[in-house]
Amino acid sequence: MSAWGLDDATVNLGHHVALDGIDLAVADGDVTSVVGGDGAGKTTLARLMVGLLRPSRGRVRRPERRMVGYQSESSGVWGDLTVGENLDFVATAHHIGASERSRRIDELLDVTRLGPARQRLAARLSGGMRQKLGVAMALLPSPRLLVLDEPTTGLDPVSRTELWAVIARAAAGGTAVLATTTYLEEAERASTVLALDQGRPLAAGTLDQVRAAMRGAVATVDAGFTGPFRWRRGPGWRAWFPDGDVPPGAVHVEPDLSDLVTVAAFARRRGQ
Amino acid sequence: MSALCEVSEVSRRFGNTVAVDRVTLHVGAGEVVGLLGANGAGKSTLIRVILGLVAPTEGRSLLFGHPPSRAGRKRLGYVPQGLGIYADLTVAENIEFVARAFSTATPRLDPELDEVRDRPVGTISLGLRRRTAFAAALCHEPELLVLDEPTSGVGPLGRAELWATIGEVAAGGAGVLVSTHHMEEAEQCDRVVMLATGKVVAEGTTADITAGIGALEVEAADWAAALDALDAAGLRPGLVGRRLRMVGVDRDRAAAVLAGAGVAAAVRDTPAGFEEAFVAMAEV
Repeated sequence: MSAWGLDDATVNLGHHVALDGIDLAVADGDVTSVVGGDGAGKTTLARLMVGLLRPSRGRVRRPERRMVGYQSESSGVWGDLTVGENLDFVATAHHIGASERSRRIDELLDVTRLGPARQRLAARLSGGMRQKLGVAMALLPSPRLLVLDEPTTGLDPVSRTELWAVIARAAAGGTAVLATTTYLEEAERASTVLALDQGRPLAAGTLDQVRAAMRGAVATVDAGFTGPFRWRRGPGWRAWFPDGDVPPGAVHVEPDLSDLVTVAAFARRRGQ
Repeated sequence: MSALCEVSEVSRRFGNTVAVDRVTLHVGAGEVVGLLGANGAGKSTLIRVILGLVAPTEGRSLLFGHPPSRAGRKRLGYVPQGLGIYADLTVAENIEFVARAFSTATPRLDPELDEVRDRPVGTISLGLRRRTAFAAALCHEPELLVLDEPTSGVGPLGRAELWATIGEVAAGGAGVLVSTHHMEEAEQCDRVVMLATGKVVAEGTTADITAGIGALEVEAADWAAALDALDAAGLRPGLVGRRLRMVGVDRDRAAAVLAGAGVAAAVRDTPAGFEEAFVAMAEV
């Protein structure tokens, strides 16, 4: 097991603290998800992991540069090159020899099901195909660490499922994968999660670890409930009871990741 | 009960392309209805028909019991994906502009929006921009609220807050139509209507839609070897945590593939998740 990740990493951008004391472990063959909204620090974290930013404090553990694959938020493909030319270009940049190159490109076109689109200009691809091409380009040099910044934003469930199949294959091959997202449903696909809020960790670990770290209890409540910590779940409502005392009428539930992160955000706001 | 919006057997063609194909849908007072579909499934065209921005080629679309009109527009609130607010106006100016356009009193801002009331909308966070767009769409107390991907780009708590607002609007008696392709949003709806290639392929609660659709879950100490074996057999496994999941695959077949590859694994039947059911239907 390698130990890529961050140790108490802080990034200051001017006077703004973009990341504040983040610990993160990204293991080989695992998918780690970083989840948060706009301004949470996801892109800063991705750029830090691949070496495009330096930490103001703390440490980044990553493999040497050529062993890191990165897909930026904008997918990073060249629209005026074909699918095949995009892959060829990356292979050249990484000095991948001819036989290795054609074997890797064929393999990736197969995994991403982009083979039939090999001659198509990248600008003419659908959003889902373009994202898959971006991931294929990041995977071409067989990286030990693959960092994907919001790879599924804007994709529909069908394209999303296909892209995740590609990510799963990379992890199965032993690559450590770090992917950012704004959706908790997607973070649930990963084995480890880091939820960020304004550059600070809100929740971290496996689902069981995040659950064990929660104080109090979560329960379903009716629409008339007026406590401070309630949120809509399905057609009903849920609420958090910090001291664990669930009032009569509320029904205790085992919180899932979505509940847990909501509770963590409430706890932060409450100043705990 | 009369529906706020009622679409009957509506089709819309663009040249030879049938974007919407005989769709029937209604939204009643107090309910939150989700409109789901992959990209290109016809969601945007259908919404444009409902709003009266595009006429149906066939069928009938009514808003508040009449064909869409300017008069009906006053009873409608709409938040497009691009939010439709002015980046160079402040939060307060945006709300005031919309309130005046609808000749209603300027509503009071919630405390968090009030804190940024004098900042240009282009300089505040996406979560606050979305709340501004919501406040603008709600200021004339619409009877029907139409939302396109209402929480995309927003973090978990911001999403929970926006959905709490949507829930309150519905509890106040308005109907809400939400277009989305995220399951976290679909599960918040009272019922959903699922589109694929312009047609309604399923509707009901998310529980109705997943009922009867099973998934296989595979747990193996060496999940990577299990993934390789299942993938090589064309069974297209998905990874969730360290477990593998497949829809529409026979259990004995999966077990035989794993045994044939010498992978020790437990294979069990589980209910499909909503996204799994969605993908299975969208691919039909």
